[in-house]
Amino acid sequence: MKKSFGILGIFITVCLVAAIFGENFLTGYNLMNLTQRTALFSILALGAGIVIVTGGIDLSIGSVVCLAGITTPWLLVEHEWSPWLVLPTVLLGSALIGLFHGVLITKLRLQPFLVTLCGLLLYRGIARWMTGDQSQGFQGEFEGVRAIALTKFTIPGLENYRLPSTVIPVTALAVVLALFLSRTVWGRWLLATGRNESAARYSGVPTARLITLAYVACSFLAGFGGMLFIFDIGSAQPSDFGNFYELYAIAAAVLGGCSLRGGEASVFGIIVGAATLQVLRTAIILLGLSSQLEFAVIGSVLLVGVAADELIRRFNAQRLERASHAAIH
Amino acid sequence: MSNESQPTSSSTWSDSSRESATDVVLRARGIGRRYGGVPALSPIDLEIRAGEVLGIVGENGAGKSTLLKILSGVVAPSEGTLEMADAQGALRATQLKSVRDATGAGIALVHQELNLAENLDLAGCIFLGREPARWGVLDLNAMRRDAAMWLARVGLDLDPRTPCSVLPIAQRQLVEIAKALSCQARVLILDEPTSSLSLRETDRLLVILAELRAQGVAVVFVSHHLDEVMRIADRVVVLRDGQSRGTLLRGEFDRAGLERLMVGRDITTNDRRAQHGDAATCLTVSRVVSAHRKRREVSFTVRAGEIVGLAGLVGAGRTEVLEAIAGITTHEGQVHLDGIELRGLAAERVRRGVTLVPEDRARHGCFLEDPVAMNLSLAWIDQRSRLGTVDRSGERTLVQQMVTRMAVRPPQSQRRVHTLSGGNQQKTVLGRWIAVAPRLLLLDEPTRGVDVGARGEIHDHVRRLADAGSAVLFASSELEEVLLLADRIIVMHEGAIMGELAAHEATELAIMHLATGPSHAAADESRDGAVHA
Repeated sequence: MKKSFGILGIFITVCLVAAIFGENFLTGYNLMNLTQRTALFSILALGAGIVIVTGGIDLSIGSVVCLAGITTPWLLVEHEWSPWLVLPTVLLGSALIGLFHGVLITKLRLQPFLVTLCGLLLYRGIARWMTGDQSQGFQGEFEGVRAIALTKFTIPGLENYRLPSTVIPVTALAVVLALFLSRTVWGRWLLATGRNESAARYSGVPTARLITLAYVACSFLAGFGGMLFIFDIGSAQPSDFGNFYELYAIAAAVLGGCSLRGGEASVFGIIVGAATLQVLRTAIILLGLSSQLEFAVIGSVLLVGVAADELIRRFNAQRLERASHAAIH
Repeated sequence: MSNESQPTSSSTWSDSSRESATDVVLRARGIGRRYGGVPALSPIDLEIRAGEVLGIVGENGAGKSTLLKILSGVVAPSEGTLEMADAQGALRATQLKSVRDATGAGIALVHQELNLAENLDLAGCIFLGREPARWGVLDLNAMRRDAAMWLARVGLDLDPRTPCSVLPIAQRQLVEIAKALSCQARVLILDEPTSSLSLRETDRLLVILAELRAQGVAVVFVSHHLDEVMRIADRVVVLRDGQSRGTLLRGEFDRAGLERLMVGRDITTNDRRAQHGDAATCLTVSRVVSAHRKRREVSFTVRAGEIVGLAGLVGAGRTEVLEAIAGITTHEGQVHLDGIELRGLAAERVRRGVTLVPEDRARHGCFLEDPVAMNLSLAWIDQRSRLGTVDRSGERTLVQQMVTRMAVRPPQSQRRVHTLSGGNQQKTVLGRWIAVAPRLLLLDEPTRGVDVGARGEIHDHVRRLADAGSAVLFASSELEEVLLLADRIIVMHEGAIMGELAAHEATELAIMHLATGPSHAAADESRDGAVHA
């Protein structure tokens, strides 16, 4: 929790700036939108976080979002599959993509960066070819299935704000993941593998299996997220749906306290990180800044956040060293 | 704060074999260093003389590294002054504000971890940052000519165009020394120079240091290995708890005396000579071919409660055998534990109670950035989990017990391991396995980079584990450690077992005889009958 203070500070600052200078920031509609987007991106960011914990990286998240998201209406509408068949198929397919990454990384010992970079190109290409590069959508049908992502719950006492249903899977996921990392043997092992894979292997940790599991979880969550995204927006273009989503996911995880060196993660921090990025995107529009500046602003905030984090880490390390000198000598 | 100034200031004048005070090149007057008010080094006086080897010994945390850092300009002393001899031999107060200052003043430090630029050739390594150049163009001829000269001075007859990366570690050490000398070093400081050298390479290094001494270089030799210090040093300064505990002259020091000064008590010796003839065989290694490049078969057994030492020179294949048994690498042949074959890799073998304390603590042993608690409980949490969840209160109890039992200092379970001394790091790695009461404990160089006191503690833990019925197999390059700890000794050479010795018949000579190869060992083959040539 302690390492999430930094990102929490940034989050609150960004919110305050947006609330003070942007007129419509505190409206129920805007906050509802923010909650929805934060929830959806949190799912991707948590997946990215699991992989980053192992010291790896997954660049294919956006393309998996696209492939899973596009395949869902494509199977439902064009091929008229039953929703009961489509959802498991898409989720299983996404998990298999992760398994494919994991096997290449642990058995063939390819670098995660390369494997998932190839994945980024591969799944985007498949999605475009499969659909003939045509926009895919629900065409006003399948309201029942889409309700998974579109339902909004009224909260007594709040008139304009209604809670999006996507908060439910995200909360469940966050709790499970936090418990997994702190309370289970495999969670501890995953952190140990990220810290020092070799030492973990010498300690009898099945490191290859855990790393593979991390990639399976990441792609599964990307697929699940992709499905929720398409339920939310209704239709999408295979050529641009999910573009750069892996970068939002990775940025949220890093802002949230995951070290790219591995071995460190905070589920709470990752979600705050995802929320910060969404607030930033909204704030740019509300503050009347040119929307072309979006990436530049997000890049700058990320850079400042990461640099501050590094400086604080170094300062603490120095203090620790002084303390340890005092204790040892 | 007592400075036991025994022979320091007076001996300069009384010692008639030396040429009076003129050969003092560096004098420290009451230098000390505090961190946040706590002394890491209490003020001490020190004289370093040309043509002399000064040994500095002490446990980890005794203040050796602080002293070296002050002498080499890495940190400034918080009190006291340093004096350097000028060209006429007169001492003048100097301030060393940086390593560059120290190098300029003629003080060169050769680090324990070597840091040669691997992609350069020898001439490039030696002159890195000081390359002779004309109009910005390297004067390669001059560079190579001078490099060859400095290399010859440390006894290396190598082409200066040889890439550094092909040299064995012992030769790199010598290249580092050549590099130091090429900076016109008058004072050469060596920090644990023999920690990764084999016995023969160590001998060679000591001979070269003696030659440098004869040429008038002042050598400061810091080492855990008292034998080496006693062989080469003219004077020895003993540090303990940041204070000088005395300066002894050649002829005044013996091993027991130095050890007593270092730890403040006598060190235990091997009094555990139990008989294991009737104990059941625990580990059976049959025709195992490990990852060693010679791909030779090895076969041997270890009984329950027995401590077996693997001796041999660097590269003899001891590490490869240990890693094969532990399942770190795959192997041919069979390994049986209590009659049941061990299959699979480390993850499966650990569950059968096969555990390895690896040689390279930082890379394979410790989770340096994690707390002591995590390092200690990592193997245990799996054995005591309920439906895959960690028993957290049990874990806390275990960690507290292990910190006390392993005597981790300071006894703080949340302290990150990288802030501990080498000895305490090793105790946490060993503690991780002791916590799960392994059936077979494998140790690779169990006390490398560990001070004398912690070394005794680690040996005691290993003995206690064996007394409780576990089988122990360890590899060590230090004959002394093998003789001290092992009940039975297996000697390897070039990937093969050359012979076996029972502890009571083993001597350093007998082990070296086998370890140096078949030509010497031929006479012993018939007696041991365990040779796989």
